[in-house]
Amino acid sequence: MKKENFLWNAIKTGLLGGTIAIFICLVGMTEIFSKRDVIEKVITLGQFVLLVTMAAMGFIAARRTSDLFGGNRPVLNLTAGLIAGLVTGLILALFVFIGYKVNLRAVFLNASPPLYNLLTFGKGQGNIWPLPLIGVGGGLIGAAFLLIPAMYRGPLTRALIFTFFMALFSGLFRVVMINQKGGVAKAAKYLFGQTGLTWEGTLIFFFTVLIIAFLWNYRGKEVQARISRLPKRGQLSLRILVFIIILYIAIMLPTVSGPFIAQVIVTVTLFILMGLGLNITLGFAGLLDLGFVAFYAIGAYTVGLLTSYGPFGLQHVSFWVAVPIAVLVAMSFGAILGLPVLGVRGDYLAIATLGFGEIVRLLAGSDFLAKYFGGPQGIIGIQKPCIGTLAAFVRVDVPRACNGIELGTVQTIYYVAIVSALLIAFVAWRLRESRLGRAWMAIREDEDVAEALGVNLIQTKLLAYMLGAAFAGLGGAIFATLIGSIFATSMQLLVSINVVALIVVGGMGSIPGVIVGAIALIGLPELLREVSEFRFLFYGVTLIIMMIARPEGLWPSQATRRELHHADAENVSAESMV
Amino acid sequence: MRTSLSERLLDLLVSVFLWGFRILIVAAILIGTIASIRAGKYSSDQWIGFVVLGISQGSIYALIALGYTMVYGILRMINFAHGEIFMSGAFSAYFLATWLNNTGFIDRNPVLGLLIPILFAMIMSASIAMLVERIAYRPLREAPRLVPLISAIGASFFLQYTFRGLFGPGVYAYPSIKALDGQWNVFGFGILKVQIIVAVAAAVMMGILYSIVQYTKIGKAMRAVSEDKDTAALMGIDVNQIIVTTFAVGAAMAGAAGVLYSLIYRQVFFLMGFTPGIKAFTAAVLGGIGNIPGAMVGGLVLGIFESIGPSLFLEGLGITRPYQLKDVIAYTMLVMILLFRPSGILGERLTKKKA
Repeated sequence: MKKENFLWNAIKTGLLGGTIAIFICLVGMTEIFSKRDVIEKVITLGQFVLLVTMAAMGFIAARRTSDLFGGNRPVLNLTAGLIAGLVTGLILALFVFIGYKVNLRAVFLNASPPLYNLLTFGKGQGNIWPLPLIGVGGGLIGAAFLLIPAMYRGPLTRALIFTFFMALFSGLFRVVMINQKGGVAKAAKYLFGQTGLTWEGTLIFFFTVLIIAFLWNYRGKEVQARISRLPKRGQLSLRILVFIIILYIAIMLPTVSGPFIAQVIVTVTLFILMGLGLNITLGFAGLLDLGFVAFYAIGAYTVGLLTSYGPFGLQHVSFWVAVPIAVLVAMSFGAILGLPVLGVRGDYLAIATLGFGEIVRLLAGSDFLAKYFGGPQGIIGIQKPCIGTLAAFVRVDVPRACNGIELGTVQTIYYVAIVSALLIAFVAWRLRESRLGRAWMAIREDEDVAEALGVNLIQTKLLAYMLGAAFAGLGGAIFATLIGSIFATSMQLLVSINVVALIVVGGMGSIPGVIVGAIALIGLPELLREVSEFRFLFYGVTLIIMMIARPEGLWPSQATRRELHHADAENVSAESMV
Repeated sequence: MRTSLSERLLDLLVSVFLWGFRILIVAAILIGTIASIRAGKYSSDQWIGFVVLGISQGSIYALIALGYTMVYGILRMINFAHGEIFMSGAFSAYFLATWLNNTGFIDRNPVLGLLIPILFAMIMSASIAMLVERIAYRPLREAPRLVPLISAIGASFFLQYTFRGLFGPGVYAYPSIKALDGQWNVFGFGILKVQIIVAVAAAVMMGILYSIVQYTKIGKAMRAVSEDKDTAALMGIDVNQIIVTTFAVGAAMAGAAGVLYSLIYRQVFFLMGFTPGIKAFTAAVLGGIGNIPGAMVGGLVLGIFESIGPSLFLEGLGITRPYQLKDVIAYTMLVMILLFRPSGILGERLTKKKA
C-alpha cells in the first residue's frame, strides 16, 4: 500500500510540476526571462525559473515521502525527488515534441520556434533528451535540500536567495557602482556582467552570505541578548542611530542613482503614501475600499485645476497652497461618499466603493465634463513647486517662473514625497496608538461588540474613511505635480488594487509592512522590465498565496503577530463564528 | 438608551443627506425623461431598438449574475473572479469557432456552429472555475469574510493576465455567423436577429438552470446547503461536492454568456470580463443576492436601464455624448441599491420564506 502511494505521490507531484512548467513556457516567461542572465554565460533567468520549478517539485515529493513514512528515509526521499523531477522534465520534453509536430501557435501566442529553440538549447527538434535529464538533476537537488539538516539549510537558503536577488538587480548595481569610478567601478566590473552576475561574483556573494548567516546562527542570539540587556536609554539611542543611517541613505539615494532609479523611488514613495492612507481604512478599521483611486483622482484634479497654466487652470496658486486644499477637498469627498456607504456591510462596501471609483474615472474622462476637467485630453501644464520669495509661496503669476529653487526634477520631487511620507507615517503611527486607533481596531475585530462598548460606529468609521481619503488626495497631488499633467485614464481601478495588494502583502495594519509591500510590489517590478510584463500575474498569485499561507503579511503588526501566535486555538473558533 | 446630542445630530445629518441624495436622483431622472420625450429626437422604432438591445444585453447579465448569486447563496462570498470565468468561456469559444469557421462548418450548419462553441465554452469555464475554487477558495472557507474576497481579487488578476500571456493583449473578432446577420420583422418592427437569438438562448439556459435547481436531487441538495451547511451535512449531503457543483454550474452559465456576449459585440480580449462582471454583480444585488429568479429580473432591469438610460434621461439633462456615461448608470444603480435596499427587488420574499 505504502509503496503504491509513494510512487503515485511522486508521479502526481511530477505531473503538477510539468503543468506548471508548460504554463511558465506558454505564458511567455521563459522567452522573456531568457534575455537576462542569472550567472553570465552559465544560466539564464528563463532556464533558472524552470530549474527551480523542477527542484521545488523534487522537494515537495521528498517531503510528502517523509510524511508518508513518518520521517526521513534518504534513499526513498531522493528516489521520490528523482521521479518527480523526471516526470516534470518528460512532460516538458513531450510538450516540445508535440510543439514541433503540431502548430500550437494558432492558439498559444508564445508556442513559437524561439521557445522550442530555447528548450532544446538551440539544437532543434531531436534534442529533447536533456530536459528529462535536467529534471532528474533538479529533482535530486530539491530532494537533497530536504535532507540537509535544518542548521545548515537556513543559511544556505538565505545565501541562495540573496545571490539570486543580486543577480536580478545586477544591472542596477553595476550602473550605480560604475558611476562611482575608481576601485568601486572595477569591483562592479568584476562582480557584475552586462546581463547578470559573473561566476566569480556569484561565488563571492554566495559564500559571503553563507558565512555571515552561519555565524549569525551561532552568535545572533548573543548579540540580540546583549542589545536587550542594554539600558533603555542605550536601546533608544541605538534605534535613533539606525534611523539616522536609513535617513542618510534615503537622502543620498537619488543623487547617487541617477534619474531612472529616482523615478522608481518616487513611485514607490507615492504608493507608500497611499498605502499608509488605505492602511488606516483597511488595516486599522477593516474597511475594504476598492475605490481608493477616486480620492487620488480628486487630489490630482484639485491640484491640476488650481495650478495649471494650461486651458483648464482656474487659479494659479502655488503648489504649497494647492496641496493642503487638495487634501481638504479629498477629505470632504471622503466624508460625502463615506456617509452613505459606511452603513453597508463589509464585502458590499468593497463593491460599492469600487463603483464610486469607476464613476469618478468615467465622469472625469467624459465629454460631458470636458469643459471643466479636460475630458480625455486631461489637464496639462501643472506648475512645479518652487522655493523662493514669500509671494511665490502663495501665487504664481507668471507661468514657469521661479525666482528660487524650482523643484522640477524627479530627484527634487523625491524629497517632497519622502517628507510627506515621513510625516504621514508619523501621523499614522500616533493615530494607531491613540484612543481613536483602538476604536478602529475594535471595529475591525467585531462591530457589534465595539458598539456595545460605546464606540460610535458611524463617526469612527467615517474618520477612518476620511483620513484614508486625505492621504490618497495627497498622493494624487504629488503625482500630478510630478508628471505635470493628469489624464483620466491613469485613474484606473488597478491603482486601488495595487494599494490593496501592497498592504495585504506587507501586513494589514502594519506601518513598516506598507513600506516593505510597496518596495516588493511596486519597486521590484518597476526596476525589472522583464518582470513588469508579468506584474499583475504575480500580484494575483501573491494575493492568493498570502491569503492562504500568511494572511498576516510579510511584516505583521505586533498585535496581529501576538494574536496569531499565542491564541491560535481561540482564534480558529472565533473566526469560524464570523 | 440615551445618546449624546452630537451623535443624534450626526444621525440626523446622515439621514437628511441620504434623502437628499434619493430625491436628487429621482428628480434628475424625471426631468431628464420629460425633456427627452419633449424633444422627440428618437422615433418609436429606435426606442424599441433600445429596449430589445437592453433585453438581450440584460439576459446576458442575468446569466452571469446566476453564478454570483448561487455562490453567494452557498458560501456568502463574492466571487470576484466570476467575470474572468465569463471571459475564459468567450476565449475558448472564439478559438473553436474560428477553427470551425475556417473549415466552413459554421456556414453549413449554423445551428451546430452556434451550439458547439457554447457547449465547449461551458465545459471550459466550468473546469477553470472548479480549479479556482480548489486552489484559491477552498482553503479559506472558514476564514473571515475579507480574506476570500482578497483571494478572489487575486484569482481574477491571475486569470486576466494568464490569458493576456497565453493569447496576447490584442482584441480578437469572433467569427460572424451568416445566418444571424440581418433583421427579423416582429410586429412590424425590424429587430436584429442576433439580439433575438441571444435573448432566447439566454432564456433557455436560465430555464434549464432553474429546473435543475428546483426539480433535481442535486438542486435540492444545493438549496439545502445554501440554507444551512451543517444540517445539510448531517442529512448525508456531501457539502464539498455540492459547492464544487455550484461553482461549475454557475461558471457554465457564465461561459455560455461569454459566447452570447461575443456574438453581439464580436470582441474577445483579456479584460472583457471586468465590466460585465461588475454589472452582473449589480444585477444579482438588484434582484436580491442569493435569489435565482431575482438575478434574472435584476439582469433584465439593469440591461434595459443601461440601454435606454443615456437617450432617455441623460440626454434630456443636456449631457453631451451620453452613451459615454452608460457604465455610470450601472455603477450608480449598484451604489444606490447597496445603500437603500441591499436586500434587492425580490430579496424580501426570500427572507420571509426563510423565516
